[in-house]
Amino acid sequence: MINASLKQLAQALAAKQISSVELTQLFLDRINRLNPTLNAFVTVDAEKSLKSARAADARIAAGNAGLLTGIPIAQKDIFCAEGWLTTCGSKMLANFVSPYDATVIHKMESEAGLVSLGKTNMDEFAMGSSNETSFFGPVRNPWDTARVPGGSSGGSAAAVAARLAPAATGTDTGGSIRQPAALCNLTGLKPTYGVVSRYGMIAFASSLDQAGPMAASAEDCALLLNTMVGFDERDSTSLERPTEDYTLNLEKPLSGLRIGLPKEFFGEGCDAEVMAAVRAALAEYEKLGATTVEVSLPNSHLSVPAYYVIAPAEASSNLSRFDGVRYGFRAEDYGNLDDMYMKSRAQGFGAEVKRRIMIGAYVLSHGYYDAYYLQAQRIRRLIANDFVEAFKVCDVIMGPTSPSTAFKLGEKAADPVQMYLSDIYTIAVNLAGLPGMSVPCGFAGGLPVGLQLIGNYFAEAQLLNVAHCYQQATDWHQQRPVGLE
Amino acid sequence: MSLTLEQVQRIAHLARIEVSAAEALTTQDHLNGIFQLIEQMQAVDTSGVEPMAHAQDLSQRLREDRVSENDRRAAYQAIAPETEAGLYLVPKVIE
Repeated sequence: MINASLKQLAQALAAKQISSVELTQLFLDRINRLNPTLNAFVTVDAEKSLKSARAADARIAAGNAGLLTGIPIAQKDIFCAEGWLTTCGSKMLANFVSPYDATVIHKMESEAGLVSLGKTNMDEFAMGSSNETSFFGPVRNPWDTARVPGGSSGGSAAAVAARLAPAATGTDTGGSIRQPAALCNLTGLKPTYGVVSRYGMIAFASSLDQAGPMAASAEDCALLLNTMVGFDERDSTSLERPTEDYTLNLEKPLSGLRIGLPKEFFGEGCDAEVMAAVRAALAEYEKLGATTVEVSLPNSHLSVPAYYVIAPAEASSNLSRFDGVRYGFRAEDYGNLDDMYMKSRAQGFGAEVKRRIMIGAYVLSHGYYDAYYLQAQRIRRLIANDFVEAFKVCDVIMGPTSPSTAFKLGEKAADPVQMYLSDIYTIAVNLAGLPGMSVPCGFAGGLPVGLQLIGNYFAEAQLLNVAHCYQQATDWHQQRPVGLE
Repeated sequence: MSLTLEQVQRIAHLARIEVSAAEALTTQDHLNGIFQLIEQMQAVDTSGVEPMAHAQDLSQRLREDRVSENDRRAAYQAIAPETEAGLYLVPKVIE
């Protein structure tokens, strides 16, 4: 049961081979045993989880269960969940019990009947690529506990990789689903911007943030995505689109698929063993009937610089709400109102969050707005246009997800710029608003390597199909870390 | 471009984040490293390029002007640092 796919779990629940309560308890026991080593969960509340599991069992008994009703899931601690501590990895929200549900939580739990096992650790306010900026301490990679799981959805990634949960949610602003998925041997999908509601998802950079599933396989991700998407009038950027069933085209043969290989992703800067695994995956795709064509994303080298203007600018605005007045942390000693703001924010935010707020405040300030913020938005347009050109000659773009495998804890923590560059292949996708995936494609030095798939707008079903066919032909995604027990 | 310590203190004040003298030095170092990365943008001629603020070029949706939310003041104020009579308390701003 621990390693079962969501489809297998759904069948076992439907056939009454196991109850949701039993299944939930099984995973809660594993969390109890392994979480002290991994620090993947920041909040577990067995009573709450079991209560949802009992409700799911009642739905199954009454015959009005959905496909995934009763299956346990881990929720990234960026999603507000009513009655649950919702910390976003920050001291600022360490005492914040959310009074409402995010739309993602509502859809997955109240509607689909998934059972929350708890809230997963993350980089503070999703700002980081290693999970080391969390106020609650770093998460450890189940493949090597001296290494990082990636970030910012590192707790979700470690939880699923160690099978503390069958699947999890993540969010991706610059690579935060795809990079930890790559580093922990998972399949992760960042949908097209606007497909999943951002309501109740604590905002980092609102024009980039998007939630998505993290699981063992493309099939699991497709099942989860079905429960997450949909128009939401509470999110002003939510898109009104016809409903899709993302599992429908999973098996479609890949013959004739044109894979674009951006020459900028296959040059210097990527670890040789990672590149070898990616090239082997491309050879496998050719065996499946796909062809490859070189494409160019000539402005992709500017994605990291432009992102570190746009994302901090939006963050500085979004995070101005944390002022110690209405919720969250307030400093103990302060003088006037301004002093209360300054001390609450100085003590409530960690170093990386403060850096990004300050960059944002600077690039938006009088006299610098044109040179930085507008220039970054113009470069964002150039980057998006590069993809439009590339998709004229290919159906899907592939390359490495991350330039290296999981790095050691502390290795990049002292140098923000080095850390930022670990998202060099993922950030352009967020700037353009496209869907992207990471799929396990081998190992380098015993550590997982991720293959990145980038699709055109709303091509989630196609990406999942392309990933699923590869996973039918290979078993990289079924490899599990050993030695944890 | 290189930020001076005074500029770092000014930015910190704009962001309403108190920064000690020692923190300001480290922050200056880190911010200058980051701005060095950001400066790569300045080499690109973007004249005539329309700035892209958003992934989808859609106009903001408008909704009917009606009350759609329930009054949940008590639940929302239960998690506030300090409230009184339904109001959020902060230090006195007007003498």
